[in-house]
Amino acid sequence: MKFIDEYRDPQLARKFLDEIRRTTTRHWTIMEICGGQTHSIIRNGIDQLLPESIELVHGPGCPVCVTPLESIERALAIASRKEVIFTSFGDMLRVPGNSKDLFMVRSEGGDVRILFSPLDALQIARDNPTKEVVFFAVGFETTAPANAMAVWQAAREGIKNFSVLVSQVMVPPAMRAILLSPGNRVQGFLAAGHVCAVMGYEEYEPVAHEFNVPVVPTGFEPVDLLAGILRTVELLEEGRAEVVNCYGRVVSREGNLAAKQTISKVFEVTDRQWRGIGLIPLSGLGLRAEYAHFDAEKKFDLTHIRAAESLLCMSGSVLQGILKPDACPAFSRECTPEHPLGATMVSSEGACAAYYNYHRNFDVS
Amino acid sequence: MTIAPVCFTPILQHETVQMAHGAGGRLSQSLMQRVFMPHIHNPFLDLLDDQAKLDLPSGRTAFTTDTYVVSPVFFPGGNIGELAVNGTVNDLAVGGAKPLYLSAGFVLEEGFLLAELETIVKSMAEAACRAGVMIVTGDTKVVGKGQCDRIFINTSGIGIIREGVNLSCRNLKVGDSIILSGTVGDHGMAIMTSREGLSFQSRITSDCAALNGMIGSILDEVPLAIHAMRDPTRGGVAATLNELAVSSSVGIEINETTILVKPDVRGACELLGIDPLHVANEGKLVMAVAADKVQTVLDVMRTFDLGRDAVIIGSVVDDHPGMVVMRTVYGSRRIIDLPLGEQLPRIC
Repeated sequence: MKFIDEYRDPQLARKFLDEIRRTTTRHWTIMEICGGQTHSIIRNGIDQLLPESIELVHGPGCPVCVTPLESIERALAIASRKEVIFTSFGDMLRVPGNSKDLFMVRSEGGDVRILFSPLDALQIARDNPTKEVVFFAVGFETTAPANAMAVWQAAREGIKNFSVLVSQVMVPPAMRAILLSPGNRVQGFLAAGHVCAVMGYEEYEPVAHEFNVPVVPTGFEPVDLLAGILRTVELLEEGRAEVVNCYGRVVSREGNLAAKQTISKVFEVTDRQWRGIGLIPLSGLGLRAEYAHFDAEKKFDLTHIRAAESLLCMSGSVLQGILKPDACPAFSRECTPEHPLGATMVSSEGACAAYYNYHRNFDVS
Repeated sequence: MTIAPVCFTPILQHETVQMAHGAGGRLSQSLMQRVFMPHIHNPFLDLLDDQAKLDLPSGRTAFTTDTYVVSPVFFPGGNIGELAVNGTVNDLAVGGAKPLYLSAGFVLEEGFLLAELETIVKSMAEAACRAGVMIVTGDTKVVGKGQCDRIFINTSGIGIIREGVNLSCRNLKVGDSIILSGTVGDHGMAIMTSREGLSFQSRITSDCAALNGMIGSILDEVPLAIHAMRDPTRGGVAATLNELAVSSSVGIEINETTILVKPDVRGACELLGIDPLHVANEGKLVMAVAADKVQTVLDVMRTFDLGRDAVIIGSVVDDHPGMVVMRTVYGSRRIIDLPLGEQLPRIC
């Protein structure tokens, strides 16, 4: 299959692995930002194939994982209302709030629907004028353009029965938070390819210079990841804190200008809570004042809904690369995909779920 | 002005299923005569008794039931009726039985098009004929609009187990070879890509088929060499291999390079973030076979269209009991786990 097979070629992967082994002279800790990258690394066993001196730690780029419990609780409250059709990307449905998830709301009679695009929610709103249609707008910069476009279109068409529950976050502030954390071990980053496809990599240049870390926009296939790791190791070995693009077939320095314009038309930068990590200032997006009437938090009275995380869950440390999933005392004991304590065990992109699904209690060597 | 007398008679020729079709009266009879009987008839069913009276050949009897609620009802490569026959035939066949008789129970939603029902019934009759089984008893109920999704079908089946054959998911032996009869994920992705909400079109067709012919030939050739057989339906090949490993308390090792996935199926799985090993099949076979007879089994399978791509995907090991492990194309290893539940497309 074109654009896939060439990036999964085992022989090419072996060449990159050999080159990484030749280049590495000391221990380096590299964080892959995106949960999709984590999933691909663990699924393909890339971590097993790297020299021991290269340690990969897994970053916060899993939208399901970092959506705060409070937003989940608010989603559950909205979805339970009789007049509401609640729409969401599929993998949010299994994320548990304090006592249930969206699947359970659906089984209790809530109209909860899985969509592939927020624009489909607009169509549902047009088709159901007596219902309130709410889309759960979660995610990083990757989902922001389509979510913004849905709101912009709704405004243009004057659709009144549509709103979005926003939990939109951004990568660079999270990288800064990780680098400023006292326990930080990260020396270089594989930046998330899809986020960079939208935003470009220009915005990582200040991070690289300020914190003296190399940042390498990287794809998701095994050969992409190995190429990104090799480039990061080369930069680390040479002491160069630069941004070097290793996902050239998708990412440019300035990104997708039309998508960025759409985001900034509808959203503005705001503080955001991150599940397991806490409040990161100016780390998210919220609707601009002129689109406030599409904000589900304002449309439905949700201010009384508060939620507290499990004290056993250490996903905050996992999401910051401080703790490996299988080093958590609850991993595979109190915390499993059937009974997750935190969202990192729920999402297919969550680091804990990836370790559980592909490595748990099993010596892969 | 004279007014012509009007005679009010009940409407008997409906285009859609009515509640009265399930009420046991004249409309129920008309449904039988118009939709079912033209297509399904045999000496047992034609008697229209409340039960079929069967003389079974000697031997152990296999008995199974399954209920089919697939949506959409019509999908590329088949429909719910064909699936209901083939699925139950396969459940009998993988137990080493020769499938003989089926029952069919229908739950119809008020308003369901009778023409569509007839198409479904016709394809059930054709599927039964292909598989060499008879539908000998049946039932129809109608529920109100919204109380079911168009049509649900239950089929139960009876077959006679071949003498000397003992297939069980508990029978895996260390050293057995694991054979898979062809490509994975065809049925599940045909269903998923034909549901509403996906903006891409595909040419993926379901692999829905009855396996009893091929299984019969394999068991004729090497009745004792086959230790276990399963058709990897819901949960895909991953779920089937896990069930086998857990039931027999053995490990299973498979090799990624041997798993065949059609390009379209692979593309759809890539787009949706779904592992083809977790996707349902409806005409595939997974077997644990004594290693010294594996070539004979492959030779038999490859004489059938359904087994043309049959291949050894791995073996049974005494390491990691209850666990399925895959050697990746890169030489690394990973667990092949049971899927948790419904396959959920990823956010990005």
